[in-house]
Amino acid sequence: MTDAIIVEGTRKRYGDKWALDGLDLTVARGTVHGLLGPNGAGKTTAVRAMTTLLRVDEGRVEVAGYDVRRQADEVRRRIGLLGQHAAVDEELGGWQNLEMFGRLHHLGARRARVRAGELLERFGLAGTGRKAVRQYSGGMRRRLDLAASLITDPEVLFLDEPTTGLDPRGRAEVWGAVRSLVGGGTTVLLTTQYLEEADQLADRISVVDRGRVVAEGTADELKARLGGDRIDVVVRDGAQLGVAARLLPDGATVDKDRRLVSAPVADRMAALTEAVRALQEAGVEAEDIAVRRPTLDEVFLHLTGPGQKDTAERGHMADRSEVTA
Amino acid sequence: MSTPMSWAVADSWTMTRRELAHWARQPTQIVVGLVFPVMLLLMFGFLIGGGKGVEGEYVDYLVPGMLALTMAFGLEATMLAVTQDLNKGVIDRFRSMPMVNGAVLVGRSAADMLQSAAALVVMTGVGYVIGWRPHGSTGALLGALGLLLLFRFAMLWIGIHLAMVAGKPELVQAVQILVWPVGFLSNALAEPGSMPGWLGTVVEWNPMSHTATAVRDLFGGPGGEPGHLWAAVLWPLALLAVFFPPAVRKFAALSR
Repeated sequence: MTDAIIVEGTRKRYGDKWALDGLDLTVARGTVHGLLGPNGAGKTTAVRAMTTLLRVDEGRVEVAGYDVRRQADEVRRRIGLLGQHAAVDEELGGWQNLEMFGRLHHLGARRARVRAGELLERFGLAGTGRKAVRQYSGGMRRRLDLAASLITDPEVLFLDEPTTGLDPRGRAEVWGAVRSLVGGGTTVLLTTQYLEEADQLADRISVVDRGRVVAEGTADELKARLGGDRIDVVVRDGAQLGVAARLLPDGATVDKDRRLVSAPVADRMAALTEAVRALQEAGVEAEDIAVRRPTLDEVFLHLTGPGQKDTAERGHMADRSEVTA
Repeated sequence: MSTPMSWAVADSWTMTRRELAHWARQPTQIVVGLVFPVMLLLMFGFLIGGGKGVEGEYVDYLVPGMLALTMAFGLEATMLAVTQDLNKGVIDRFRSMPMVNGAVLVGRSAADMLQSAAALVVMTGVGYVIGWRPHGSTGALLGALGLLLLFRFAMLWIGIHLAMVAGKPELVQAVQILVWPVGFLSNALAEPGSMPGWLGTVVEWNPMSHTATAVRDLFGGPGGEPGHLWAAVLWPLALLAVFFPPAVRKFAALSR
């Protein structure tokens, strides 16, 4: 059996910027694959190319065994798409939406009605009646969107940042729904900015940066490459940063603005005790000492090399992207 | 059953039902859309009145003009609706489904034509109340309404094309303002003979003027000239030939 998704050497240019720059991707049938990357990495462009919404300039894209350019209708019959923005008619009710999408999937009027009822039931939206989607909560809207992507039991389901903008409860709802799909034989391609999300849901993860895949593997394999935990020390006197950096384990980085020294550690507790002792002996006064998981920023620094890092674009991700063990 | 053609019909019907469902949920929008041209008709009929250079009953001159003007103003309504639709996420879902792509536009067309037909009924009704009378045969009356709807259909596709080109709601406003001078640079309200020479020429060239003149002729009222019937048929067809193909092509190639 062929793979569910085959993407080879795809390039797509917008103006003078390559949104996809030689992206390769292979996803085996029945697996959940995560595309992990920051804003602007090319994840959404890749999903749009795979779901027949845009044409790539170069390369080959095959989904469910069909070429997305030459056999777009065959692909469309076999995929479901949950985009970044709710792709449902906000003015209509949930049932009206699903019934309409069922008809447009050519189920016929009767089956479209039955299917709409089933899906509303399955996603806990059966009681919404005529209420317009506009009045739904974020989580409800996302669940309806997901239901709409599943009208025909797609072979390949695309989830483009399915939890961006949702509160923790909404995220948990969507995660639960995605998990319940897996095991039914559906192949899922998931894009996300959050390592935690990829970790929770995906069998394999491709890390995307600047329109290409920079690393691929299972969550454990990727985490092993990250080198595990880090220790952060904030010193009171900026002049002592150099001293502090020498006292910490090898590979320490210095952030002058925040008076911060950060270094990878192998053993959390031993590293903490050792650091406190060493700093005290050297007379370096610390404002804060903490051991933490690596952030996604550091994942990218690690994978793409320091010379290519673009901190301004990625700074906002650090707070939500810690690895859960 | 499942030929491409029958799916095209089925999908177009589904998309038309979508527009009708929107109406059912927001009836005020429809009512406002119908009240506005009636308001203009009453305003020009009573408040401003006159009709420079018109011989005979002004109301018989005004009603056909206002019907044509209402069809012309439909352009901005279509453009606004299409622009709003294009900026909604649901378009991505439509485009990633095996439906017939153009069905979205067919649904829009059907809904807008229905709305315009309703506007014609309401406006001729109000016209009748304020004294307008068609003097021709029933066939001529229906022919006149057909000409107006043909003109509306051309405006509809110009609207769709402009929405494709502009793409952003902000640009709709510019068109909304520009449609006014273009609409009034016609013989909707006054005879071109009463205007300065160059303006009269522009007004006579306006496709809308041909429609209004032919409709006046078919209604048997003042300002009608039989010779304009062909122009009233050919102008909309020419506009459709120019705007329909690129609008459909642009929609098919749409990618953001």
